[in-house]
Order: sequence, then structure tokens, then C-alpha cells
Amino acid sequence: MRIHIPNSAFLGNIDPFIRGFDPSSPEALEITANDKWTSVHPVALSMIAALGLAVKPDRIRCQRFEARSVHYFVRMGLLKMLNISSDMVIQEHEPAGRFIPLTQIRASAELTRFITEMIPLLHLEPEQAKTLGYIVSELVRNVLEHAEAPSGAVLCAQYYKKSNSIRIGIADTGCGIKATITRAHRAGTDLEAIRLALMPGITGTTPKEGGTEQNAGAGLFFIKSIASVNRDFFIIYSGSGFYKLLKKSPARSRRLKADPFADRHSAGADMPSWKGTVVGVDITLDQTEEFSLLLDAIRDTYSSAVRERRKERYKRPRFT
Amino acid sequence: MKRIEIRVHAGAFAENKDIARDLRLKELIPSLEKNEDIVLDFEGVEAATQSFIHALISDLLRKYGGDVLDRVEFKSCNDTVKKIITIVVDYMQEGTA
Repeated sequence: MRIHIPNSAFLGNIDPFIRGFDPSSPEALEITANDKWTSVHPVALSMIAALGLAVKPDRIRCQRFEARSVHYFVRMGLLKMLNISSDMVIQEHEPAGRFIPLTQIRASAELTRFITEMIPLLHLEPEQAKTLGYIVSELVRNVLEHAEAPSGAVLCAQYYKKSNSIRIGIADTGCGIKATITRAHRAGTDLEAIRLALMPGITGTTPKEGGTEQNAGAGLFFIKSIASVNRDFFIIYSGSGFYKLLKKSPARSRRLKADPFADRHSAGADMPSWKGTVVGVDITLDQTEEFSLLLDAIRDTYSSAVRERRKERYKRPRFT
Repeated sequence: MKRIEIRVHAGAFAENKDIARDLRLKELIPSLEKNEDIVLDFEGVEAATQSFIHALISDLLRKYGGDVLDRVEFKSCNDTVKKIITIVVDYMQEGTA
């Protein structure tokens, strides 16, 4: 496998970074980076770390990074997680240190502990902390319950002062969304599977509406909805499918859509195949609605989507 | 009357579905089977995920129908928790009606 870290890869312009990923020869990983400097979304680091954890440490080849980049990679824990040695000693952190370094989570109790410990690291207001905790919990639990990923979930997050936003990336190298969703629903492509996984009430654990006693099929819908109401980016990438919720302009309605393809989005069905699932989310803090207001919007869409889908299956009278 | 303090089991951010499942299987369903009413006390719980609440109560609605809500009381919920519970209850009644 080969992955190249470009100058810039944030959710708005992440497509070329993903298209540049070469999944061939999965037993080895080569990491290269732009010669001058790099500035990337945490999702890019989570992807690289997840790939690295899936191969033997002696099969990882990493170019010598330029000093400004290596500082960032060391600070975010990339080199440590991949057992890549670095001569650099970090003397100082950023003043506030508002980031969560790369973290691997493999068990439910680990996740609970992590959520408790991560909030103080980002110095968030209580309402913002609820939103972040919610997103991390739902996304990581999805990995733990459905992904069958030996390395679990790999995530990191960072606060960006200029945009006053938190950016989060979570990646796994498990079975992917199509394998999970097609246990109970029909999906011909990875992108179709992503579409189903983002719809409320659809889970790979049962073909029935309402889910099972343990799974409602609503986790990803909630996350996409949080991004949509806050007018933020959200991406999901699995197999060769890629979906990006685009930012809404302030003039557009905040009304939520049950079908992710009805939202303002871009999508691709021919990306380099990612064995597993990757999710990236931005939370712009200036425009983060109070969490309970987000729930009002979600409530209407969630119930009506289920009602609409049930109606689609009603038997119709035959008029002759 | 069975009283369960959610914070004691799940903390201030109730998100661990394994704990919700254990409460459902070991406390809630056995109590309902014994015709005991239940108080789920959310005092000190600042937020809960939809997944946690679903794992805690959705099977009660599925097994006993909407009438189970006459036997389960949700105590000291803040606005966020109230809304999550309402979403799950509405959803289960829409989905299983």
C-alpha cells in the first residue's frame, strides 16, 4: 500500500488525497509526504495509523519528513503508533495543547474511559463537549460492534483556532460498510451501502424497521444530522464508496433529510478500495447549535422517515 | 417499585450500550415480569446517546407495547436526556406499530 501526505488535505479538499491512496500489496505500507510542509485533517492521520497497524512494523517504509511536518506527526502520535523512530525531541507543546493524539480503542470500557478523559484536553464548553462526546461514542461503538477490525478504531482530533472548529477523524481496517449492511439489506455497491447506512432505521443487524434490541440503525444518521444542522463537513469512505456532506450556506434551510443523497453532497463509487471504514467530521464551534436543539430537528426527521418507509411497504388496493 | 440510578451505572455521559443491555436484561425485564413498576432515575446524567437509550428501553416497548410506559417512570431528566428518550420512544412506536 502507498499513501502520500499532501500539502493540504481537509474535508473540503480531501478527495485527491483519497484518490492517491494505493491499496495494492496490503502486506506493506509506504508513507510519503510533501517535501516542504503538510497540514492535514485528523482523518488523514487516522487513516495512515490504521493502515500502519494492519501491517507488520518492519513492513512500514516511511520517508524522512521535513522538520515542520515531523513536529506535527510526532505531536499527534503518528510515529509512535507506527513504531517509526524520529530524532526529533519535542520541547514545547502548543500553549493550550488542544488536540487529542492518535488513540487506538479496541474495547467498550476503553471507549468510556477515553470519552471521560478527552473532554478536558480540548477545553470545550459543556454543550460543545456533549456534541463531541456523542460523535466519538457513536462512531467508535459502530467500529467495535460491526467492523470486526482486529486493530479496533483509530482516532484523533484537533482544535483549529483560526476556524474555531474541532476536526475529528476515525478509521478502521475492518470488514467495511457493505459487508455489514448486506447482512440484512440489498446493496450492489459500496456507495449504495453507505447510502443505506446513513438512513435512519437501517442496520445490518436486521431487515426489520426499528432495529434490534441493541441496534436502532441511527448512529450514522445522527452524526450526519449534527454536521448538517451545524452546516459542517462530514465524510464517510468505505470500500470504493465515498460520500461527502457539503457545507450548507446560511441561506439554505436546516431541515434534515433522511436520504443522504437528498442533502447537498458529493459522492464517488470508484475510489481506491479502503478495507474498512473512515469517517471525518468538522464541528465549527461558533455555529454549534445547543445539543438539545439539534435533537428537535433530528426527532422530526427520524420518526417521519420510518413512517414513510413503512408506508412504502403497505399493500395497495387494486383498482380495475 | 424498582429504582435504578443511571449515573451510578453509566456515569454522567450515558453511552456504554453494554451497561444499558445489562440493566435491561438483569434489572428491567425481570422487574416487569414480576409486575414491578420501575423508576429510571437520571439525576446527574448530563447527556445520553440514542444508542444507549435504545439499548436500555427499546426492547421493553417491543415486548410489552406502548403500555409499558405506564409502568416505567423517567425521573430527573434534563432537556437533552428527555429529548433522546422521546426520540427513541416515538421511533419504537412508529417502527413497531
